[in-house]
Amino acid sequence: MTSYIVRRLLQAVVVLWGVSLIVFFLLRLAPSDPITLLLAETATPQQIAEARHELGFDRPIYVQYLLFMERAVQGDLGRSLFYKEPALGVILRSLPNTLLLGGIAFALSVAVALPVGIVSALRRDSIWDYLGVGLALIGQATPPYWLGIMLILVFSVNLRILPTSGSFGPEYIVLPSVTLAAVLMPIVTRLVRSGMLDVLHEDYVRTARAKGLRERVVVGKHALRNMLIPLVTVLGLQLTSLLGGAVIIEQVFAWPGVGRVAVSAISSRDYPVVQASVLVISTAFVLMNLLVDVLYAWLDPRIRISG
Amino acid sequence: MRNWRNLRLSAGAAVIVLTVVVAVAAPLIAPYGPLDQAPEVNNRPPFWRGDGGDIHVLGTDPLGRDLLSRTMYGARVSLLIGATAVLLAGTIGVLLGLLAGFVSGVVETVIMRLVDTMLAIPFVLLAIVSVALFGQDLLGLILILGLTGWLGYARIVRGVVLSLKEMPYVEAARALGAAPPRLLVRHILPGIWTPVIVVATQQVGAMMIAESSLTFLGIGIPPTIPSWGAMIADGRAYVMLAPWVSVFPGLALTTTVLAVYFFGDGLRDFLDPRLRL
Repeated sequence: MTSYIVRRLLQAVVVLWGVSLIVFFLLRLAPSDPITLLLAETATPQQIAEARHELGFDRPIYVQYLLFMERAVQGDLGRSLFYKEPALGVILRSLPNTLLLGGIAFALSVAVALPVGIVSALRRDSIWDYLGVGLALIGQATPPYWLGIMLILVFSVNLRILPTSGSFGPEYIVLPSVTLAAVLMPIVTRLVRSGMLDVLHEDYVRTARAKGLRERVVVGKHALRNMLIPLVTVLGLQLTSLLGGAVIIEQVFAWPGVGRVAVSAISSRDYPVVQASVLVISTAFVLMNLLVDVLYAWLDPRIRISG
Repeated sequence: MRNWRNLRLSAGAAVIVLTVVVAVAAPLIAPYGPLDQAPEVNNRPPFWRGDGGDIHVLGTDPLGRDLLSRTMYGARVSLLIGATAVLLAGTIGVLLGLLAGFVSGVVETVIMRLVDTMLAIPFVLLAIVSVALFGQDLLGLILILGLTGWLGYARIVRGVVLSLKEMPYVEAARALGAAPPRLLVRHILPGIWTPVIVVATQQVGAMMIAESSLTFLGIGIPPTIPSWGAMIADGRAYVMLAPWVSVFPGLALTTTVLAVYFFGDGLRDFLDPRLRL
C-alpha cells in the first residue's frame, strides 16, 4: 500500500514537472519579447532592463528555467499586471468557486448517470436502454455553453424561477451546475452501462444467481461493487473535462471562478494570471487524481496487498 | 437491431452530406451576404418581412445580419476545423503511438509521460495561454486543437502495436528476417486503421464543439469569419430580447455533431463489432 502510494506520488510530481516545462517554454516561443508580456505596457526601458535582470532573462535558458522553478515552488508565479498583486493569490481566490461548481456538477451527474446506466445495462436493447443511450448521445452532441443559454432562456427568461447570472446566493449555482453536469453525464452513463454489461457476464455474478440470491442483491452487491472499481479511475481522468467545461460555463453565467479570471486576463493582457491559472488548475487535477488513486487502493484489496 | 444500426449510419451520413452541400453552396443559396449589416432591422424575429419585400426566414441578429445566411456560412468553418484538426491530431497521435509502441525504452517513456502531462491540462486553458501569447487566427486555432487532440490516438495505437508485436504472425515475419520498417508497414500498420478511423470520426464532432466553445469565449475563430460559436455568443446578451439569435446556430451545431456521432457509432459497429459498448 505504502509503496503504491509513493509510486503514484512520484508520478504526480513528474506530471507537474512536465506541466511547468510546457508553460515555461510556451512563453519563450512567443513571437514578442517574453519580458514585455510579464510587465505592464507602461513599463519604462529602465524597468524592463531591471526586470530582465531580476528574472534572469539575460542568462542561459536553463538558468531561466531553474529560476522560474525556484520561484514557482515558493508560490511566486509573478505579479498580476491588472490586480497589482501576486498572480497566485488572484487565482487561489477564485479557485473555491470553480471547485464548488465542479463538485456539485460532479455529484449531480453521477447521481443521474449511475441509475440510468445500470437500468440501460440490465434492460439491454429495451426501450429504456435506447432512451438512455439516445439521451446520452444527444447530451454529448450539445455544446455545453449553448445548453446553458437555453436553460437561461427557459428557467430565467420564460419561467422566471432562477437568476440568469452572477453569484449572489445559493440559487445562483443551480443553472451553472446543471449545465456542467450535462457535460459529464453522458460520459458517465456510457461508462456505467458498459462497465455493468462487462461484470454481468462474470462468473461470480452467475454464481450469485445460481445460489438463488434475489436479483436486487446480485446487482446491488455483487455486480455494482465490482463495476465501481474501474469506474473510479476513469472518473478521475474525466476531471479535466469537468474543469475545462467549468472554464467555459463560468463565462456563460458570469460565475466568478478561475475560468472567468483567466479569460478576462487575456483581454487585459495579464499574462502572469493566465500562466498561474494553468499551473493551479493542473495542480488541482493532479492532486485530485492522486486522491482517486489512494481511494482506489482502499477500495480494491488486491492493490493494497500487492503494493 | 441491424436495421437500427444501418439507419444510424445512413441518417448520419445524409445530414453530413447535406451540411457539406450547404457549406459549399453557401454563396449561391444564401439570401444575403453573411456580413451584410442592416442596423435598422436588427433583432427581427423569424419569418420577418420588411416593407421592401425582403424576408428573413430565421430573423436577424443584433447588427441586422440575416441569420439564415450566417448559419449557412457558419457550416463552412465548423466542417473545415473539424476535418483539419482531426487530421492533424490523428497524424501526430498515430506517429507518436507507433513510435512509443515500436521503439520501447526511453522514447516510449518520454512519449507516454508527455501524454500523462497533457491530460492534466484542460485544453481550454492551453488555448487561453496560446491566444494570450500568439494572438488569434484560424491557423493558430487548428494548431491548438491538433496539438492538444492527439493523446487518444497515441494511447490506442501504442496499445494495439504492443499487442500486435506479440502476435504469432508478426513473430514469424521477424523470425524470417523481416526488417523493422517492413514489419511496421506490412504487419503492424494494417491492424491500427480500424481503431484510428473509429476514434477519428468520433473526434470530428468533439472538435467542432471545442472550436465553437473557444470561439464563444472570444478566443477561437476571428469575428470577421461567420461561425456558429460566434453567433451563439452574439445572442447571449440578447437572450431576453431576441432568443432566436442563439437558438438557430446552436441547433445547427448540435444537429451536425449528432449526425457525426451517429455516423461514427454506426461506422464503429460496422468496422469492428468488438468495440461496441
